[in-house]
Amino acid sequence: MAPGRIRAKIKRSSLYTFGCIRPHVDSPDEPHQFRGPGFSRHVCCNQPQLHQKKPLKYCKNYISTTKYNVVTFLPKALFEQFRRVANVYFLFAAFLSLTPVSPFSAYSMIAPLAFVIGLSMAKEAVENWHRFMQDMKVNMRKVRVHNGEGTFSLKPWMNIRVGDVIKVEKDQFFPADLLLLSSSYEDGICYVETMNLDGETNLKVKRSLETTLSLDDDSTFKDFRGTVKCEDPNPNLYTFVGNLEYKRQVYPLDPSQILLRDSKLRNTSHVYGVVIFSGHDSKVMQNATKSPSKRSTIEKQMDKIIYVLFTLLVLISLISSTGFAIKTKTQMPSWWYMQAPDDEGLYDPKNAALSGFYHLITALILYGYLIPISLYVSIELVKVLQALFINNDLNMYDEETGTPAQARTSNLNEELGMVDTILSDKTGTLTCNQMDFLKCSIAGMPYGVRSSEVEMAAANQMAMDLEGHDDHFTRSRGQNGSEIELEAARVSKESLGIPIKGFSFEDNRLMNGNWAREANPEVLQLFFRVLALCHTAIPEFNEETDGYSYEAESPDEGAFLVAAREFGFEFCRRTQSSIFVRERNLSSQEFVEREFKLLNLLDFTSKRKRMSVIIQDETGQILLLCKGADSIIFDRLSKNGRMFEEATTKHLNDYGEAGLRTLALAYKVLEESEYISWNEEFIKAKTSIGGDREAMLEQVSDMMEKDLILVGATAVEDKLQQGVPQCIDKLAQAGLKIWVLTGDKMETAINIGFSCSLLRQGMKQICISMNVDMLNQNSKKHAVNYYFVTDQVVKENIKMQLTNAIQMIKLEKDPHAAYALIIDGKTLTYALEEDLKHQFLDLAVGCASVICCRVSPKQKAMVTRLVKEGTGKTTLAIGDGANDVGMIQEADIGVGISGVEGMQAVMASDFAIAQFRFLERLLVVHGHWCYKRIAQMICYFFYKNIAFGLTLFYFEAFTGFSGQSVYDDWYMLLFNVVLTSLPVIALGVFEQDVSSEICLQFPALYQQGPRNLFFDWYRIFGWMGNGLYCSLIVFFLNIIIFYDQAFRAGGQTADMTVVGTAMFTCVIYVVNCQIALTMSHFTWIQHFLIGFSIIAWYVFLILYGMMPPELSGNAYKIFVEALAPAPIFWLSILLVTVACNLPYLAHISFQRSFNPMDHHVIQEIKYYKKDIEDRHMWTRESSKARQETKIGFSARVDAKIRHLKQMLQKKSSVLSPRVATPRT
Amino acid sequence: MDHKNSKKPTYSRFSQQELPAWKPILTPGWAIASFITIGTLFIPIGLLALSASDNVVEISDRYDEVCVPDDYSSKAESYIQNPDVKKTCIRTIKVPKKLVAPIFVYYQLENFYQNHRRYVKSRSNKQLRDPKAEDDTHDCFPKSKTKDGKPIVPCGLIAWSLFNDTYKLSTRGKEISINKKGIAWKSDRKAKFGSNVYPKNFQKEGLIGGATLDEQIPLSEQEDLIVWMRTAALPKFRKLYGKIETDIEAHDSIKVEIENNYNTYKFGGRKKLVLSTTTWIGGKNDFVGMAYIGVGGICLFMGINFILLYVFRPRRLGDPSYLSWNRHPIA
Repeated sequence: MAPGRIRAKIKRSSLYTFGCIRPHVDSPDEPHQFRGPGFSRHVCCNQPQLHQKKPLKYCKNYISTTKYNVVTFLPKALFEQFRRVANVYFLFAAFLSLTPVSPFSAYSMIAPLAFVIGLSMAKEAVENWHRFMQDMKVNMRKVRVHNGEGTFSLKPWMNIRVGDVIKVEKDQFFPADLLLLSSSYEDGICYVETMNLDGETNLKVKRSLETTLSLDDDSTFKDFRGTVKCEDPNPNLYTFVGNLEYKRQVYPLDPSQILLRDSKLRNTSHVYGVVIFSGHDSKVMQNATKSPSKRSTIEKQMDKIIYVLFTLLVLISLISSTGFAIKTKTQMPSWWYMQAPDDEGLYDPKNAALSGFYHLITALILYGYLIPISLYVSIELVKVLQALFINNDLNMYDEETGTPAQARTSNLNEELGMVDTILSDKTGTLTCNQMDFLKCSIAGMPYGVRSSEVEMAAANQMAMDLEGHDDHFTRSRGQNGSEIELEAARVSKESLGIPIKGFSFEDNRLMNGNWAREANPEVLQLFFRVLALCHTAIPEFNEETDGYSYEAESPDEGAFLVAAREFGFEFCRRTQSSIFVRERNLSSQEFVEREFKLLNLLDFTSKRKRMSVIIQDETGQILLLCKGADSIIFDRLSKNGRMFEEATTKHLNDYGEAGLRTLALAYKVLEESEYISWNEEFIKAKTSIGGDREAMLEQVSDMMEKDLILVGATAVEDKLQQGVPQCIDKLAQAGLKIWVLTGDKMETAINIGFSCSLLRQGMKQICISMNVDMLNQNSKKHAVNYYFVTDQVVKENIKMQLTNAIQMIKLEKDPHAAYALIIDGKTLTYALEEDLKHQFLDLAVGCASVICCRVSPKQKAMVTRLVKEGTGKTTLAIGDGANDVGMIQEADIGVGISGVEGMQAVMASDFAIAQFRFLERLLVVHGHWCYKRIAQMICYFFYKNIAFGLTLFYFEAFTGFSGQSVYDDWYMLLFNVVLTSLPVIALGVFEQDVSSEICLQFPALYQQGPRNLFFDWYRIFGWMGNGLYCSLIVFFLNIIIFYDQAFRAGGQTADMTVVGTAMFTCVIYVVNCQIALTMSHFTWIQHFLIGFSIIAWYVFLILYGMMPPELSGNAYKIFVEALAPAPIFWLSILLVTVACNLPYLAHISFQRSFNPMDHHVIQEIKYYKKDIEDRHMWTRESSKARQETKIGFSARVDAKIRHLKQMLQKKSSVLSPRVATPRT
Repeated sequence: MDHKNSKKPTYSRFSQQELPAWKPILTPGWAIASFITIGTLFIPIGLLALSASDNVVEISDRYDEVCVPDDYSSKAESYIQNPDVKKTCIRTIKVPKKLVAPIFVYYQLENFYQNHRRYVKSRSNKQLRDPKAEDDTHDCFPKSKTKDGKPIVPCGLIAWSLFNDTYKLSTRGKEISINKKGIAWKSDRKAKFGSNVYPKNFQKEGLIGGATLDEQIPLSEQEDLIVWMRTAALPKFRKLYGKIETDIEAHDSIKVEIENNYNTYKFGGRKKLVLSTTTWIGGKNDFVGMAYIGVGGICLFMGINFILLYVFRPRRLGDPSYLSWNRHPIA
């Protein structure tokens, strides 16, 4: 408690500059005047009981994201089921089967439908239950709530009501939208991390009203009363309008007093707040849109096939009913044995049209076998099983957080195999939001030997590439190898000791006080002091480690302080006016605590891109210490301060290339008089009132921060999540485009671009931004105020930039040239407008990588939609926070990063993985497999139903189109449900064209999905044609064989049952052999299921034949007595099965022999174990098996190699004349 | 620790999709081998079937037109419907080849839709089997009950339209006896048609369709009915009439005395009398053999083609140069 309390006593407002300073004179704050609709909310603080009755009854803090509840489940789920056309059709058919029109008995129509619908609904129920459990996990989180007696007790989130006073402790999430009353700081400020809401990593300051500051203890709330009148719930995160009525006075409220649900309290030990918006009223929940139900591309295409089949169905029904009407009209009267007409008019020659109409209905039911009723349910089942495999994949299980991958909706599995563009969030997704001090350059000397992850990844890649590279290069390497080897970064040995968070620096020259022996120890000392003094952090003594840890606003600052500590400049105390640093004495190497008086602090803003402190050391010397973006600092150096500029610039470039975040450090010595006169100005600016206060402050600060002397530069690694560069590299090789959409600053985003290898040196960066200078000029020219520059001008400018960039890309000749597009949020608002967005998209598509920074959650969603609709290709969005929810929902596939605290992204997502790197496996392995499985499965499904369904139609033509089926009802009932469904499910669940390792080794194979090679119309119609062929063969061969002759030695001729059974047996054999030919991966399960399907048919036939004849009819003992003893039955099966599968067999043998696809060749290599015999070839091919890529570290390595080759050529061309001259 | 790992998927070869699997590849060798094998297997089968079919002797004689007396030639229907005209018709059939017993006697009808839905449905399996279920006639419409509401046994259109031509065969003045027993399926006689179910009210009123049944003989012994009740799959069909258990020598001529009762004239159907022997393949069925030879031939042809293609355009298996990135190299 003690340190926290002391820390909390510091008034931060006097420490901080711009952001926190409030002018001492209270600005004339008038309460907001609002009336009318939209401002009706009335909150009685600390009187939640008042909110239990009607006018003030607001929704509970219970949140629910489930689709159904107990009551709505049945109607809603049924409705969902019957949104599928096919199901409606089958329902209709089931109803009609109760009438005499039906060609089948009612049970054979209703049973499969009930089975299919029941299974789908059971699946929905299970998924809903999981969602419910997840909601409950959030709802059951505990928070301290005032119970009316001045004490607080823990309550679950869901029981919080509007008006409750809540105490939130450090690092907890706010359970609802709160009005901040007071905090552990005396001046009522608190720090909030809103990463979950908007993705911004820096902390935000919230401050309470001064009047509620006194409520800083549990007991003070006993008698606290107040009323808040404010706006109604709305989704706008950045606005809030309301008044607090407290102690008979009215105070206006603004967004800075509002703590939003799902943001997190940081650096503040606790706050008190009143619940204003709860549950679904809270801003973050208002932002949540109903998660759209997504359907995969394949499923949409499948619908089209179903429509094609419906058309076919209607067509043949029409043909057969016309035929029937004609037959009935002309021939029926002569068929005396029919005794037509009947009473119902079904066979009425006098009214043939009506009979024809009835028959149309019969036919529509009869040919329903063209549309596989079990298709949907089989697909659903398959997808659930596929999802199970995804969930159980140990390679996607994160040991650290203990989270496995999770397929939250299973109906998008195959879409994973078709992704074209990945839109990724940055913080929390690509990076862990942790900074590590890695390198520095002091006085023109580089320090720090450890390489960044990017360098290591590239080095590994290079080492591998060189092994597998073609001979030409290997030879050239002999001459020039050293040069390349130099490029391969030194991979550091295992670091000694325990890793320190925020510090991965390794260089003995600086550690343990060794720096004192370096060339310029004074400069080094100054460098470390800048690190230790120029910040706004607060130290916290950690008793466990017996050292200090730091609470900083941004993680970089924390990393600097840790670094300073490790170098021997431990920042240990801070008071209102001083900073205490325990530092190593330059001469004696002993630790002394030094006090530095903090005179001024010029804060960091994104506009200034720098921060300075003015301090006075123990000797009375006044120093300005400054750190900032290198470009800014270099502009502000004095003439004699540029000693190390050249060397430092070089180092900065290297650091940038290695994906590190860099800052330059500088200082200047101030004369006391100089400082005093400046300080007066500064105080004046600080205390001024009005809108231009900030501008004035900036201007005054500007005056101070010039004529600096450069000390050095730092390089901090924004720690990427594990394996991110490798993953991005592989994804790029698989032909995926990767866009980064981040709420963060442009610099940060670019840095990450470098560290992920989305950007590299030599890539042409196209920055589309609002050109402020241009605007200024413009405004000066036209004598218009800067603030009134019309949108039109800005837009014109952006349009011009876009057009120029597109032009530039078009004119580019070099095939290796790569462009990167970087655009910020404000510009994006214009670029996303209706008339510019296509231009923007064109440009973006032409660029190898796209980075959008400072984008709002809504813009993320808009960009996603633009890509999705503009390119018509599949998009995948991945993110971890609530700010990504929009894009996750908008994209074709949304992936959430699980295992982090906020759950919004995961709850909105379709798939949840614990780490970005698992995306590779999710897409390249599971996506690839699922795509092929589902595609083949659907094709096969249509094939088998066409092959079977059309035989019914042909038979029709021979029965006078009467609607009689040649098969027994039971055969047909079992066809889809038992006899042919299991192998196809096995195909959908277990098929693997190549193993998972090969999928990963040959990322190019993934392109089969986005190119949709397995589900294009060519293939679909091919399968349908195959079905048509099989139906013809099955039907006519059987008919010709069995039609009039005795089929066995006993002399009996075949009746309809014999023909039907023989034909059906053929169908079963044909379709099951077909699937065996289709599969390429047989585990015991496939063997078993295919065998089972055929054996099950015989078993059924025998059992059915044993039923009493009332049930089995003519099928009584058909197999045992009639068919099995007849050789011709077996002959016909063999003949038909071979004849049906012959074309397919020929097709696949021909294709494999003369036009093999990639996976065929790889299968063969594996089959003949060539990969083991010829390792060289295997590694060479796997390194070649990538899509042309301009991003990723492989591309970077390639670029480097190309560059070296060019150098080499130049060299040799310079050399050769010299060699040649002596000869001549 | 335990809690953390509770969500960890458990390892099994199944859950990791690593089950051992047979991954066959259709190599050219396999393709050629399978085509050739099918070819070499099918052609002999086809030849066997053809020779079997060749051993079958089949004689058929169409008599519907010929058996209409000349004065009725333009109004065959009124002839067949006139109960007073004598329907007997004598035909002589030449025997081209020796018929070895058992010789099967069939009648063949054409353009008769025994497979029509209305017709197929019009029966009651229960009634045929169980004397107690004689009222179970709801499917038998329109031949379910007599006008005074008594159930017809056997009910339905199928039974009602029972074929009623009869044949008497004789050669060299000696009658050839036709055995009418054992022409129906054994299971039909045993289980489907009750041995204690007797015809009732059958063909007793209104329009008489076809044959009448002896009310003293149980249905299980009315084999003509049993055969007829197995509806044929196509409008042209043959049904077993009886068996001849003596050989008939080649070049004999058979005198057939036909009672031409059955009305096929109304719908223009043909009637034929067929005498046929059988072999293991059944009756005369050249198609099976031909189809086998055809498919076998195609397979052989393709097998040879593949071999030729392989000779002229071989592809080494697993040749990486066929990979797409090698065929269309990246610029």
